[in-house]
Amino acid sequence: MSKEKKTVVLGVLGVDAHVVGNKIMAHALEEAGFKVVNIGIFSSQEDFIRAAIESAAEAILVGSLCGHGEMECRNFRQNCIEAGIGDIQLVVGGNIVLGKLPWPDVEKAFLEMGFNRVYPPGVSPKQVIEGLKRDLEKCREPAAGCGP
Amino acid sequence: MSLALLIDFGSTYTKIVAVDLDREEIAGYAQSCTTVQTDIMVGLRSALSLLPPSLQNAPYACKLSSSSAAGGLGMVTIGLIPELSAEAARRSALGAGAKVIKVFSFKLTDREVREIEQINPDILLLAGGIDGGNSEVILANAAKLARSRLTCPVLVAGNKASGDDVVSLLRAAGKVPLVVDNVMPDVNVLNVEPARAMIRKVFIERIIAAKGLKKAEEFVEGILMPTPTAVLNAAQVLAAGTGSEKGLGDLVILDIGGATTDVHSVGWGNPVQAGVVRKGLPEPYAKRTVEGDLGIRYNAESILKLCGAAAIRENASLPHPDLDKKLECLSREVGFVPDNPEDHDLDFALASCAARAGMERHAGTIETLWGPHGQYFLQHGKDLTPVEHVIGTGGIFVHHPLADGILKKSLFNPGQPFSLRPKNPHLYTDAQYCLFAVGLLAERHPEIAFRIGKKYLKKWND
Repeated sequence: MSKEKKTVVLGVLGVDAHVVGNKIMAHALEEAGFKVVNIGIFSSQEDFIRAAIESAAEAILVGSLCGHGEMECRNFRQNCIEAGIGDIQLVVGGNIVLGKLPWPDVEKAFLEMGFNRVYPPGVSPKQVIEGLKRDLEKCREPAAGCGP
Repeated sequence: MSLALLIDFGSTYTKIVAVDLDREEIAGYAQSCTTVQTDIMVGLRSALSLLPPSLQNAPYACKLSSSSAAGGLGMVTIGLIPELSAEAARRSALGAGAKVIKVFSFKLTDREVREIEQINPDILLLAGGIDGGNSEVILANAAKLARSRLTCPVLVAGNKASGDDVVSLLRAAGKVPLVVDNVMPDVNVLNVEPARAMIRKVFIERIIAAKGLKKAEEFVEGILMPTPTAVLNAAQVLAAGTGSEKGLGDLVILDIGGATTDVHSVGWGNPVQAGVVRKGLPEPYAKRTVEGDLGIRYNAESILKLCGAAAIRENASLPHPDLDKKLECLSREVGFVPDNPEDHDLDFALASCAARAGMERHAGTIETLWGPHGQYFLQHGKDLTPVEHVIGTGGIFVHHPLADGILKKSLFNPGQPFSLRPKNPHLYTDAQYCLFAVGLLAERHPEIAFRIGKKYLKKWND
């Protein structure tokens, strides 16, 4: 496996057993040429961060399907900074909140938490992958970081 | 009559087992004190002289041995994340029969390097990063080790993309690097076998001579492995069986000694209940753990500290009014052999505590979580509840009349339903002290080794 392949960590955060979207996303990312470290369901923030360090990943893709995303994702960026990978690209998607909040408010809340990309329910894997590719290219430009 | 001689140069005793390969039976057993400080052969000759005369100068078709003399195989392991590559490295070393003296993770500090120099391990295992993953930390650690005073072989088993650079750094500084496949090639993927095999090779080629055991090699064909590996080998051959005979299947061996308690399990330990999700680094199929604080002589006082006087008394039938004093004596007089009911009872209580704590640490656990859709169960480690065979080995299981009682204490306890210990297994003891011999013999004659192992295990229940 060449290092030219970009490595991403994928998983479902918190007490959340929704595995189908996770498998589809993993498959789509691999098809698109990424090296996917899929840590699966019931993963904690620490699981994501540890996997990202061992694999020198360029992005963490957090799935949250049970509606507790706002609580589960709290301090994710701070914890990455603390672990020495503060510049990593952070992406979140799924059913990240319960209730009928306007999407711009939800997106804003997660961007303020330090996520680089926030995706609503129903987004296609293709959109996520295109966004990821663009963002990671940008990160590779001199003097650019992916951090918040 | 074709004979095999199997020898274990133990830390305290040199044990020998003579096996009649044609009749498939044990022809003789003897032991004497290990004499590694002076001349290893003195103890061996003394043990040989205790065999029946017909076996003393008999022509042996093979002479094989294991050793844990002179401190055993001392290792230090280094990884990146404690729960990932550092844990994978530790498991590799344990499975290779090593005594893992300390595990380090992340970038080593100067102080830690000094500490490793003081430990002065026989082998250092350097891991870190999945293949194609983090290389910064393993390179930094290699650079630090290159500048150290360490002379032991360094097994490099980390990110393969940094392997060549790590080797160059170490070799340029006059160290002895040996590269094998990554112990954790991907996150949550364990690959312990290549490192285990290399550890064994280094043990045979370098460590034996370094420990003054070379002399013994002139008598035996070779010191093939550290003693714990011989026991783990026996566990594997008993579980797997041979081409023509079915093995016992998944099993656990509990080895309670004076200084440590080793637990060996063979089996994948996958969840047996519906709805349980397995998490964390996978477990090796043949897994060994060593509890350095659970031993019924050197560590008698540490059992007291760990389990408490109440737990010791609960496992005893007699009152033992001077428990503290008695345990202090035991940890000094490590060769003590009980000769009255009170001392036998105390040994039973200590071994029961060690058996329970050792099995508890080895077995997997269930973590319960509540989510929006109800309760979820996560399994960490192996589920040993369906294991059908538990075997006890070590002096206590040879000599104690209630040996099965000790094994029972290690089993599943409904009061701790989330500790996945064996529920209702057949119980056996290694009454002839021959498991190490079975593991050694399996190198040459696996079928005979399997049948002898089965034949000489003492079964305590149906």
